[in-house]
Amino acid sequence: MQRLAVSAALCLGALPAWAETFITVASTTSTENSGLFGHILPIFKDKTGIEVRVVAQGTGQALETAARGDADVVFVHAKAREEAFVKDGWGVQRFDVMYNDFVLVGPSDDPAGTRAAPSAPAAFKAVADKGAAFASRGDDSGTHVAEKNLWKAAGVDPVGQSWYMETGSGMGATLNTAAQVPAYALTDRGTWLSFQNRGPLEITFQGDKVLFNQYGVILVNPAKHPHVKVAEGQAFIDWLISDEGQAAINGYKVNGEQLFFGNAAK
Amino acid sequence: MADNPFLAAFGLIAQADPALMQIIGLSLRVSLSAVAIACLIGLPLGAALALVRFRGRSGVIVTFNALMGLPPVVAGLVIYLLLSRSGPLGSLSLLFTPWAMVLAQTVLILPIIVSLTRSMVEDLWEEYRDQLRSLGSTRLRAVPTLLWDGRVSLLTGVLAGFGRASAEVGAVLIVGGNIAGHTRTMTTAITLETNRGNLGLAVALGLILLTITFSLNGMAFAVAQWSRRRGG
Repeated sequence: MQRLAVSAALCLGALPAWAETFITVASTTSTENSGLFGHILPIFKDKTGIEVRVVAQGTGQALETAARGDADVVFVHAKAREEAFVKDGWGVQRFDVMYNDFVLVGPSDDPAGTRAAPSAPAAFKAVADKGAAFASRGDDSGTHVAEKNLWKAAGVDPVGQSWYMETGSGMGATLNTAAQVPAYALTDRGTWLSFQNRGPLEITFQGDKVLFNQYGVILVNPAKHPHVKVAEGQAFIDWLISDEGQAAINGYKVNGEQLFFGNAAK
Repeated sequence: MADNPFLAAFGLIAQADPALMQIIGLSLRVSLSAVAIACLIGLPLGAALALVRFRGRSGVIVTFNALMGLPPVVAGLVIYLLLSRSGPLGSLSLLFTPWAMVLAQTVLILPIIVSLTRSMVEDLWEEYRDQLRSLGSTRLRAVPTLLWDGRVSLLTGVLAGFGRASAEVGAVLIVGGNIAGHTRTMTTAITLETNRGNLGLAVALGLILLTITFSLNGMAFAVAQWSRRRGG
């Protein structure tokens, strides 16, 4: 027994050593699950030698992680909350990086008739009027915030309705649920395109400008958290909004389809 | 790939995919380290609890028994708050590292090791008390003898601990962050692939994890049998 314990203890020494330079980025499940980081981070590392460690969470949790000082950079998609994050002193400055868009997915027979809806709020209103099943993230993520804004625009309060399910989970888990019920769900296009387990789901509504989904990047304020790696973190932000970083983002495709569109200010 | 998880699992192993090997290696290192630390603390502590009488002993025993049911996500959350930069141990910068995951798993399995050791040593002491005393042994001097005598039952406890550690996802996801190439373990990778809708790959990873657990248990069983036969 003691020998077993000793040999197992030797394994301790074999844990990965600290990388030379790395930064921790709090980001969202949509960027991680869609495979974007897997595409752009190796390009950044080749150029600068900086390893980027991504912790993928909902936007709410990512901002909380950053505010606690557990990340150097936060890269999320809920503009109003990002601006509040900077205004409250947790972040230095917010930069636009890229956008993708949200799409409404639902059963292919479209029981609520959302394909014919003139606008995104009208499509949501149709779902509510029909009482068709709807799977919500319910996790305070950027997608959940966008969904709540659409219900507000539709003049519907879905919380507590029998057809409204809050999964309290990430985008993929929510899509897995929606595919089983089947139910409507709001998803970012990136996660949807790389999602494999669609079942009967199809895009039933897309293209309205209000479905525009802007991503921003912010350096955590070193005045609040002195250990923040300012030089490396800023190098990552500068690269993301540079022509080279934007080209890397635009170059990521799934099944030939571009997922994210760089729109950093020149 | 997604069609048959068994074929997918076999394919992944056959290719010896470096990312997968890294994930398997990390999972094993983290869980084995946690088991080792929990044994180093838990075996003496459990034996002491069995043999030493002190005020509040029952309370300590009940606490360790109850902590065997500690929900991993709660353990993870508490350790997250401790290790966070805004927490009391923030300056160690351990959050989102393999060490944070080792700590979380150690906290989860220590109660199992302590409780099983205590219960086993207590029984053995009752059985051999007169014999050991006639040989002039005191309670504390008897600890190594009793632990060695109960090694086969203890192994079951250690395997239970390893099982809880390696199968756990709630705590390591929170304190490790599931960072690719750094803190991504078998269980967090399975969660990620499920969330990406790659159910086939997720099941394949699950099969690999099960195979590893089977092999370790098989080896432990063989060692126990051999030790029993040798010990007579």
